[in-house]
Amino acid sequence: MRTYALKVGRGIYWYLKQVTGEAKWDEYLERARSQDMEPMSRRDFERHRSEHKANNPQARCC
Amino acid sequence: MPGVQAVDELGLDTSDGEVRNFNDSRICHQEDAMSTVTSPYQTGQKMTPRSMVVWGVVAVAGAVCWTVLALARGENVSALWILFAALSSYAIAYRFYARFITYRVLGADNTRATPAERLENGVDFDVTDRRVLFGHHFAAIAGAGPLVGPVLAAQMGYLPGTIWIIVGVIFAGAVQDMVVLFFSMRRNGKSLGQMVREEIGTVGGIAALIAVFSIMIIILAVLALVVVNALAASPWGVFSIGLTIPIALFMGFYLRYLRPGRVMEVTAIGVTLMLAAIIGGNYVEQMGLAETLTLSKETLVICLIIYGFLASILPVWMLLTPRDYLSTFMKVGVIVLLAIGLVIARPVLQSPAVSDFAINGNGPVFAGKLFPFVFITIACGALSGFHALIASGTTPKMIAKESQVRMIGYGAMLTESFVAISALIAASVINQGLYFTINSPASATGGTPGAAAQFIGTLGFTISPADLTAAAQSVHEITLISRTGGAPTLAFGISLIFTKAFGGGLAAFWYHFAIMFEALFILTAVDAGTRVGRFMLQDTVGNIWPRYANISWKPASWSASAVVVGLWGYMLYIGVTDPIGGIYQLFPLFGISNQLLAAIALTLCVTLMFKHGRARYVWVPGIALAWDLIITMTASWEKVFSSDPKIGYFQQRSVFQAALDKGHLIAPAKTMDQMQQVITNSTLNGFLQALFAVLTLIVLASAIPVWINAAKSRGLPTTEVPRQPSHIVAAAELFATAQEKRAVREYEDSQRKLATSGRSR
Repeated sequence: MRTYALKVGRGIYWYLKQVTGEAKWDEYLERARSQDMEPMSRRDFERHRSEHKANNPQARCC
Repeated sequence: MPGVQAVDELGLDTSDGEVRNFNDSRICHQEDAMSTVTSPYQTGQKMTPRSMVVWGVVAVAGAVCWTVLALARGENVSALWILFAALSSYAIAYRFYARFITYRVLGADNTRATPAERLENGVDFDVTDRRVLFGHHFAAIAGAGPLVGPVLAAQMGYLPGTIWIIVGVIFAGAVQDMVVLFFSMRRNGKSLGQMVREEIGTVGGIAALIAVFSIMIIILAVLALVVVNALAASPWGVFSIGLTIPIALFMGFYLRYLRPGRVMEVTAIGVTLMLAAIIGGNYVEQMGLAETLTLSKETLVICLIIYGFLASILPVWMLLTPRDYLSTFMKVGVIVLLAIGLVIARPVLQSPAVSDFAINGNGPVFAGKLFPFVFITIACGALSGFHALIASGTTPKMIAKESQVRMIGYGAMLTESFVAISALIAASVINQGLYFTINSPASATGGTPGAAAQFIGTLGFTISPADLTAAAQSVHEITLISRTGGAPTLAFGISLIFTKAFGGGLAAFWYHFAIMFEALFILTAVDAGTRVGRFMLQDTVGNIWPRYANISWKPASWSASAVVVGLWGYMLYIGVTDPIGGIYQLFPLFGISNQLLAAIALTLCVTLMFKHGRARYVWVPGIALAWDLIITMTASWEKVFSSDPKIGYFQQRSVFQAALDKGHLIAPAKTMDQMQQVITNSTLNGFLQALFAVLTLIVLASAIPVWINAAKSRGLPTTEVPRQPSHIVAAAELFATAQEKRAVREYEDSQRKLATSGRSR
């Protein structure tokens, strides 16, 4: 029962991280590490993402 | 600089869609795993006896619900019959029809690499978990639309709306979303306009482009009109919605400077602040703000126009992105809450199954008979052309496996349809006298309790002036009379349901909670829509004057924003000041134009079915297109040519013009200026209505020769990207099979190993 609740909780946390885009940073770190590259700071990383969002607006429907 | 190199490796900074992913060279040996995972889908799966029993039960349950709805008349029909009729129909449609479309009609092939896999750059093209992408896509398609249309359509009774929402989504709306998503995915995520131009022809493409742009303006104007009508003379509403701006700004700065990237925590803070803002609204009077915040519609229009302009030129991180987080969170929260609330409260429907207005066409909310007007009033939730823009936007670039178009395209639209059903129920559980008091234009109700009660009496309902005042007081509003646009009605219905379900005398809180989220969705749509419109305009003008297309050139971006805001702002102003009533006059235009856009999208789908040599299955998008053309063209015809001045814009114009020439006034106009205003507005509305219909017909006319040619030669070359084998392993459907789970785990392990070995190298 407890392990099940834990599993569900972990699942929700994973989902929220993915959906909010927070996981992108973890993925980036992972990639940078696997390629032996110095990652940029999180601030710069998020700026790139926001700039991209600014230049590629997505419509929201009704 | 290693940091910079990392950027390039990820393609983060890329303006070039072709940047290939660093992963490509590493993933390779997965072909075997893939074929085992997808093979059942390629050959078609037999149903097990157990699933036959399960689906048999679902079918019987659905049939029982529908039978009750069809036969029950008079008192005490529970709203849950609608809810469960919808859910069982969706389940069956998803299991059988959507599956048939995915594998047979479209021929989704999971061994074929999607653009996300082929062009992965970590930004636009990004293989995304299907459940995550479902969330993104749903957040992008669903907003205030499915909440507004069904509420207005409730004037015809609950049954027409229920049938159209459920049948419409299954055979038209969800089909359109999924098929457009699929074809765009096969073309590296091309936009609707681009596909029409390349697959149908230049003339059709230009017509589609103009249609998309102008229809978007109408949609933004009508959505903004809903907000204005919900906030006018509502200090509580203005207080809490106004506070969302500083809250969003705070979130924006927090994410930019304090703790970059911590979206979850900032959203939690933002939502808490927002709930505090709703509660705080109750105390506007004590704070001495009540008078300052009691704004007229005209003032609100100016506020919205200024807000819309600023929001579209400010950096996105300041307002747009944080507002989007709030809005998405609220969206999901409200839908879940509403579903739970309905099941607990089990409200009884107050509206008749089919009202007299459905047959005589004299309804006070909007004019016209059941056919075609119920079908165009409910666009979002049944069939919404605007979705085609989203299904050909970012979503197709993020799909991991082709067959996932079923859960993302079809599934997300079914979910939106469920929202529409919930809204229809919320509007149908309100006392009918009150429903018509809220939704009839001020020109009919006269605006005072006494006059409104009298007017409601002429409709055949009874409600006393005291009841009207009491209802407004119960939700702490100055008045509920003629609060058109759907939002106050929905909020009142939700407040009834939640009070019954959760208790606690919180009616006013729930009312303003509902107003808040609807306004939030709409403002997000207005922000984003203005921005998209600005980019479209810059891009179009850029064809003639290249410099104008430069999105970082301020004079261009500011002027384009001003034009877009000016256009919807003008339509909004017209709606707000219309003597006859903005929603009454403009909502049909909104609904028809949204579905004309659907007609353009479905025309493209039919064209591509022919061109791909799949004429056998062309009936799938074909029946949706045929029905959509029947309703939109009938409605357009009536709005343009009807001799009933309530319906036909031009007839209205000539009636008012003739009276004006003689110096007569026609109610509801009170002055000659208002007479002139009606004339101007109806001319403009009629012109736009005719224009949209003609643009759609141009697209259709340029497509038909292509259909004939393609049918004769059993297919024509298309711009589809040729097949390349897929190497990634991912579940094909919403629920992964045990086999898929195993394959995905093995695949992920192998990826990890490759990553580590790459690192040691």
